[in-house]
Amino acid sequence: MTITDNPVDNGVNVAALLGAREALSATPEAAEFTWRASCTWRTGTHSHSTVHGFTGLGAEQQHRTTYEYDIDHPECFASEDNGATPVEIVLVGLAGCLTAGVAAVAQFRGIQLRSVTATIEGQMNVLGILGADPDIRNGFDAITVRFAIDADASREDLEALIAQSQKRSAVFDVVANPTKILVELA
Amino acid sequence: MIQATAVVVGAGHAGLAMSRRLTERSIDHVVLERGEVANSWRTQRWPTLRLLTPNWQTRLPGYDYAGDGPDGFMPAVGVVATLTDYAGLVGAPVRTGTTVHALRAGPRGFEVQANDDLLHARTVVLATGACTRPAIPAIADAIPPPVTTLTPLAYRDPGQLPAGGVLVVGASATGVQLAAEIHRSGRPVTLAVGEHVRLPRRYRGRDIFWWLEATGLLAERYDQIDDLTRARHLPSPQLTGTSEAVTTDLNSLTALGIRLVGRLGRVVDGVAQFSGGLANMCALADLKMNRFLTRADQWATASGLDDKLPPAQRFAPTRVDPCTPLELDLTSGEITTVVWATGFRPDHSWLDIPVRDRTGRIRHDGGVVTAAPGLYVLGLPVLRTRASTYIHGAAADTAALADHLHSDLSSRRR
Repeated sequence: MTITDNPVDNGVNVAALLGAREALSATPEAAEFTWRASCTWRTGTHSHSTVHGFTGLGAEQQHRTTYEYDIDHPECFASEDNGATPVEIVLVGLAGCLTAGVAAVAQFRGIQLRSVTATIEGQMNVLGILGADPDIRNGFDAITVRFAIDADASREDLEALIAQSQKRSAVFDVVANPTKILVELA
Repeated sequence: MIQATAVVVGAGHAGLAMSRRLTERSIDHVVLERGEVANSWRTQRWPTLRLLTPNWQTRLPGYDYAGDGPDGFMPAVGVVATLTDYAGLVGAPVRTGTTVHALRAGPRGFEVQANDDLLHARTVVLATGACTRPAIPAIADAIPPPVTTLTPLAYRDPGQLPAGGVLVVGASATGVQLAAEIHRSGRPVTLAVGEHVRLPRRYRGRDIFWWLEATGLLAERYDQIDDLTRARHLPSPQLTGTSEAVTTDLNSLTALGIRLVGRLGRVVDGVAQFSGGLANMCALADLKMNRFLTRADQWATASGLDDKLPPAQRFAPTRVDPCTPLELDLTSGEITTVVWATGFRPDHSWLDIPVRDRTGRIRHDGGVVTAAPGLYVLGLPVLRTRASTYIHGAAADTAALADHLHSDLSSRRR
């Protein structure tokens, strides 16, 4: 099978990605991005976050529109459940990042995808965040992502696909590796 | 004032091979060496280190291995003896004990400041080696003081280390070799594993380097490799040159009792934090190994060798303990030494010529430093082919660069 016989289209512009890689290697300062979000407290555990602008390619950039997220906790936490919990948002970010990676790597490797579904679970003992047991961490004990992929590829090719997706995933890196975090008063 | 048409900096295998190529072309030259021939093999290698490549592959221009152990692996002292003999064989004009402090553009091409002498050269070949400086991550500063830290360049044997546990950071050839040797000395080893290259020592009755060469992989040219940056930065394969030709993959290390953890991320308040991505690092390495073994099998079939070789096989996936710790308290006394097996870098910082990129790496096109005509570099990973990483790669690399150098001299003379 060659690409010309059977054009693979996962909706990923590989030429643009490769071009960006080359261009940004030549002008490393343009590769410095800053991603931003802002979050406003509503009431209780309910907050409202927006995402609009970011910095990159040496300039201020904007999404097509402002994206909004309500964040809250479920009723079993005595909250009003106005939105997903922050930890679920993390899972959404990780699944979205890995899935985008699967599509991009598949395109690059000439694998036509028909469907990709990621099911992601994060196990957590909430005694940690409740401060009830100092030996239990606040965060996830473990995260499991299960990909169901329908594509013209062998199982080994698909395993390589999800392995490479993890390797190049920003959110996988953020979650798996320590990150310096500074929280200060404005 | 001393003049030479060509100055070669470094009398290791690459510099000596280049000397031979220049002599073949009647180009007068001198080889400057800070110490003795094969200096880094004399002074910066631990004694049990052996070449990763089998003896039969130790080929240089005008030299083929003729000893009685073609399938063995040369120890550091053997490399010193071989290169010393080779220097004599090719009559290399080596000036030992001559440290080059600076290289500048000069009226005749280049000025080389060596000891107290100034040499004028029309062309210069850098052959100072790929493993001159240990690459130590910035987090090294955060290792709490009671813990001893060591680089492979300073490591000699486990007796150097205090009693107690050892954290070896990095699982390339160096990391797996030191981990095994140190663990066997009774110092329990924890091995921090990032990206790595897994290969069996032998496959279907042949050394893995036989396969890497036979399949054409080592001959792949730098300008035909899809991702050259990645190829040039690949960690060395998890191989050891031992007389028993044993495989030193991560499974063999865990069988010894060595504990694997993820890539070392940072050290906070004396606590080392490791990546949770260990399983994927191992999966990537297993997949990559199996892709190469498949390529090897396909090549064997296409070459009609299936009847002559033992059957194809696959190796067990790397075992990763689901309870792998993510943290290790370096203040608890459990770990007394950290060994940085985090790779090496060449040292071209003494070049007073703007030919290095923002990360300090020399910019070159297959060893030709295009920004400074007449300047060449040798002995770097995947310089011209994947074989460039290994000693025998210098044969073809020096031939190509000597041809380029020769025609460059001719064109500038006109």
